[in-house]
Amino acid sequence: MSERTIELEILRYNPATDEAPWYQTYTVPCQEEWVVLDAINYVKDHLDSSLSYRWSCHMAVCGSCGMMINGEPMLSCKAFLRDFGRKIRVEPLSHFPIERDLVVVLDDFMEKLPRVKPYIVRDQEKPIEEGEYKQKPFELYEFKQYSMCINCMLCYAACPQYGLNSEFIGPAALALAHRYNKDSRDEGRDQREEITAAHDGIWECSFVGACSEVCPKAVDPAGAIQQMKLASTMDWYLERLGGVGARVKRSLSSRRTSK
Amino acid sequence: MSRKPFVRPVPATTWYMRNGRYLRYMAREVSSLFIGLYMAGLAMGLMRLAQGPDAWNAYLTALSSPLALVFHVLAFAFATYHATTWFNATPKAMRIRWGDGYVPGPTVVRAHYALWGLVSLVILVLVGVI
Amino acid sequence: MAKSNKPIVWGLFAVGGTVAAFCVPALILAHGLLVPLGVFGENALSYERVSAVIGFLPVKIVVLGVVILTLWHAAHRIRVTMHDFGIRKDDMVAMLCYGAAGLLTATALLGVMAV
Repeated sequence: MSERTIELEILRYNPATDEAPWYQTYTVPCQEEWVVLDAINYVKDHLDSSLSYRWSCHMAVCGSCGMMINGEPMLSCKAFLRDFGRKIRVEPLSHFPIERDLVVVLDDFMEKLPRVKPYIVRDQEKPIEEGEYKQKPFELYEFKQYSMCINCMLCYAACPQYGLNSEFIGPAALALAHRYNKDSRDEGRDQREEITAAHDGIWECSFVGACSEVCPKAVDPAGAIQQMKLASTMDWYLERLGGVGARVKRSLSSRRTSK
Repeated sequence: MSRKPFVRPVPATTWYMRNGRYLRYMAREVSSLFIGLYMAGLAMGLMRLAQGPDAWNAYLTALSSPLALVFHVLAFAFATYHATTWFNATPKAMRIRWGDGYVPGPTVVRAHYALWGLVSLVILVLVGVI
Repeated sequence: MAKSNKPIVWGLFAVGGTVAAFCVPALILAHGLLVPLGVFGENALSYERVSAVIGFLPVKIVVLGVVILTLWHAAHRIRVTMHDFGIRKDDMVAMLCYGAAGLLTATALLGVMAV
């Protein structure tokens, strides 16, 4: 195992004493195979116990160690030191208020997520004695990719439209809405469109595509949002076609729902 | 302890200078200015055609002015960039079912490029013949 | 919150963007560069030939389709781009963009139908 020394430049902010954030540089002796999170843990354990940051699983599952690493939103547990130079700049996720050091305020996302009803909505629950809701392999395949989201919010830190307008529902929440819209057991698309097809929903997205590029789980929120735009546009026109439109819409959605 | 979250403002007019990804996005968006202006010129040209041979010939002369040529070189570059970004993004927005999955993205993109080549050839030949 | 009315223009934007991607680069190359540079000869796009071709109804429809859809694609994207450049008067920008697209649509329509 070879060793290397890196300069870790970390944005610090203590709400009790600081007016504004500032950079502090630490010289960290590292192992070649470390990730950025390992280096930050070394700082916490050996150099400066006052450093605050979130992490838990160290294996790109929990989604809590998202940070800006050299200006790019990444999971610090998935960012290998060997892919960077000697100097690495670490900042809290962009577009979120800083609570302290590398910890950001999550309230905005936590408030938005339930608004898109990210769960199965049924007009009527099937009685238990009728058995489970069955799905064909393709029906699972249709939404599985979008269910991989770990709510790490890298996509929000990458999305310039969210940075410019924090009312925007944003990539992860919209992708999760799409995940349930695409689920053959679900009947909640009309309810979700009240939020997703409103002004601060999908229409705030201008398809920069940054969300999908930074996603550590290959969810592709940008693709999900464009598909929702297409579906919402069809719905908009069908709703204005009166009886014929309603019939087309019903037949389309009954094809989606396996009874 | 009371909370005092620090908000980092995003500069509304220069945010896209932050990285190459945003700059490429802005180049794609700015293509619309060139495509729009070109189409505005073409719409006017169609009006000139309706006004008779003299108006049409004046329009053709204006097309070969150095300013028009420089604009059309730029417009061609931006329109081509628009086309590539549009075709590359198409399979994300529109998925086509194929058996128990979807037509693979690269296949959709390649089909678009092939059709693009064909349409371009037809346009070039038609304008050349007319 | 009410549903947005963006689908009206977004539908045109999406269809127009596709049409523009397929047709506009070659159109600019041929009509904006090769013809003025004389590559297709002296008589390319002469009044007699062009007015004869555009006299056909199917040609009228195709030409108008390409011009009008592309115009609306550009108008919508310019509106979004203005916002990206930091211009926040979206209602006014939208009126200007779609207004211009409307006027140019009328221009192209009147021109082509009169040939």
